[in-house]
Amino acid sequence: MSDPLRSIAKLDGVKRSFGAVRALDGVDFAVHAKECIGLVGHNGAGKSTLMSILAGTGSPDSGTIAINGAAQSDWTIQRARALGVRCVFQELSLSPNLSVAENTRVSHGALNGWGGAKRAADLIRASLDAIFPGHGISPQDIVGDLAIGQRQMVEVARAFTLTDDPLHLVILDEPTSSLDAQTARQLLDHIRRAVAGGISCILISHILGEILETSDRVVVMRDGKVVADEPARDLTRARLVAAMGGARLHAKTTRSDGVGASQPVVAQVQAGGAHGAIGLQARRGEVIGLAGLAGHGQTKLLIDLFEAANARRKGMTVDGAVALVAGDRQTDGIFPLWSIAMNISIRSLAALRRGAFIAADKEADLAVTWRERIGIRTDNLDNNILSLSGGNQQKALFARALASDAQIILMDDPMRGVDLGTKLDVYDLIRTQAQQGRTFLWYTTETDELDNCDRVYVFRNGQIVAVLDHDDLTEEKIIQSSFAEVGA
Amino acid sequence: MTSSAPTAAQSRAARNRARLLRTMLPALSMTLILLAIAWLNPRAISYFGFSLMLNLAIPIALATIAQMFVITINELDLSIGTFVGFVGCVTATWLHDAPVLGVLVLLASIGVYAGLGALIHLRNLPSIVVTLGMSFVWQGLAILILPKPGGAAPDWLKGLMGLKVPFVPFPIVAAIVIALVVHFGLMRSAYGTVLRGAGGNPQAIGRAGWSLLKTKVVMFALTGTFGVISGMALIGITTSGDANIGNGYTLLSIAGVILGGGEFVGGRVSPIGAVIGALTLALAASPLLTFMNIPPDWQVAANGVILISVLAARALISRKGA
Repeated sequence: MSDPLRSIAKLDGVKRSFGAVRALDGVDFAVHAKECIGLVGHNGAGKSTLMSILAGTGSPDSGTIAINGAAQSDWTIQRARALGVRCVFQELSLSPNLSVAENTRVSHGALNGWGGAKRAADLIRASLDAIFPGHGISPQDIVGDLAIGQRQMVEVARAFTLTDDPLHLVILDEPTSSLDAQTARQLLDHIRRAVAGGISCILISHILGEILETSDRVVVMRDGKVVADEPARDLTRARLVAAMGGARLHAKTTRSDGVGASQPVVAQVQAGGAHGAIGLQARRGEVIGLAGLAGHGQTKLLIDLFEAANARRKGMTVDGAVALVAGDRQTDGIFPLWSIAMNISIRSLAALRRGAFIAADKEADLAVTWRERIGIRTDNLDNNILSLSGGNQQKALFARALASDAQIILMDDPMRGVDLGTKLDVYDLIRTQAQQGRTFLWYTTETDELDNCDRVYVFRNGQIVAVLDHDDLTEEKIIQSSFAEVGA
Repeated sequence: MTSSAPTAAQSRAARNRARLLRTMLPALSMTLILLAIAWLNPRAISYFGFSLMLNLAIPIALATIAQMFVITINELDLSIGTFVGFVGCVTATWLHDAPVLGVLVLLASIGVYAGLGALIHLRNLPSIVVTLGMSFVWQGLAILILPKPGGAAPDWLKGLMGLKVPFVPFPIVAAIVIALVVHFGLMRSAYGTVLRGAGGNPQAIGRAGWSLLKTKVVMFALTGTFGVISGMALIGITTSGDANIGNGYTLLSIAGVILGGGEFVGGRVSPIGAVIGALTLALAASPLLTFMNIPPDWQVAANGVILISVLAARALISRKGA
């Protein structure tokens, strides 16, 4: 903050509409040299739209952009990169068929000619080493083979690589959404180092703790406008939530009632099988949490259970229909060419039949019912699913699972990149549904969410290594179990 | 962290093994076909035998490479066969009689391909439909130029395709040159990486500041260019033209790309594999079947069975790897 008056990027009166929806309603926004701005707001508040305009991938309907004090008339992504503005987008921007090094090469025009491939490999390795020590990613790895958390690490590391182009501002849109706590910590530390080294950062996150401890200044957006802009040290979590509007800070939840040993076991993984020496049991009406570092076998267990429901699987019994809520919604969740209604009803088609055909009125009823119950923000369910913001797409996926006849709902880190308001809505829904007898198995990377669970199983290296009851649940214990071998 | 390191290394090793096996599969299937030929007719495995058996493999390999370029960016060219036929007719008539006109027409046809790429990108059209339509256009033009089989190949072209190289048969030399040139261009060069990336995740390439329109235009122009070379090579070998000469190439070229380890979507292709795939198809097409004493009536069907078995083997290996 040596020269707080020098703004390296300045947006004035930026407006942008998508059809009837006004995404940005006259936003003034400035980034100064050597500062980290935390940008928060509900999904749909306009954060991503604003950042895409700043990064040059989107264009405003009106308003001006100035970089280093010079107004930009023809602001494109090429120009943004040439002037040192880069963005790590929320949906990752890596080509899965290329290696880590090749993806780096693609983003730097300077890495051409003989030896370009090797320089790209050295560059990304150095950047990964600097940000995520012990990352375990090789530059030759094909991106498609990497877990989603590792891809996010590559994408972040790539944004911090340096060639001929200058680097003044890095925009990080939900960079920690797929990272486990330790890796997220490494990234946040690196952001502070980068800022100390003269680079400015904009950090978008729904994890308010991250924002408060990492940022110098916090900008809050609501309904396409900036509603607060204050130094981070003057802010608290509660004030931030209040500024974002609407959402209440969730109180320590109590475990769902009425679940006892008397309820029948609906899903069971026997001890001593592929998932380790500790077995897993889920009773009717229970909410079961799966915890541990990201990518340590939680997703595999969910998929195994899903398959066990339809075909015999050794060491597993599942009693009842299951539905899966995918976490990686772009890959595993939505049908991108279909309407919102069709995306919701696909799991329930058997119940929507009239003779051999789908009854259009029943399908529409189902979609409307769930739009109301889960609060999907759209005026027309026949719109394409991609017209929804990320959080609302995820709501549609919840609706798909909850509208079905499934009694067991498997959730694969479904709250990735979802705003707090949506989360609280869904938590309530899960609790009500559990009371009505549904069983939830919930893998999450956010420790706060485990508070909603009756029992938590901690994973390490593909095995269950600990079981924690709701009452004994603390973040410390989870972390302890996740890293047990290091501590021992 | 320390405890997870060995498993990460193990899974990487397993992945690399599966990938290596998949990369080797085209070469393995060709070796298998060669072994079968050697067993049926040992004399075929000779300089002269290979020159004869692989005689028609070069145009197929070139057409396969042409097809591979569009497949890299998730498109398909259903017109490559009739395009090769059209180029053949131009080569056997205008290029022989009026070389300047011939060259101009061939260059213009590459321009048409580039234009198709732009059209497909800008109007967001399915390439299958556009190129299916174009296949009738090329066929019609070919028939207009050369209503009945005939014409003559330019002498320099005949000379080039009839080149005798010491020790290694010419088709093998040509195949190696084609494979290496395209491999370095597409797999190693910086822009080649961008082109493949555009097949894997177009949005990512756009966000890195590259023009997606340009990638489509370049890839379609490359397809046109290799289609032209393929048609010329074919006429250099057959020495005269026929409007239907290339019709089988559309499906052969697609099969060659897939046989060579390519995939229809996602920018996963292999130029070396594609050339090997084309050679395998050329070998399996008639030499092997003739040696097996399969009557010509059944050869096409037998060819299909061979193709399905090789692709089934590939699918099995891929699944094991995943």
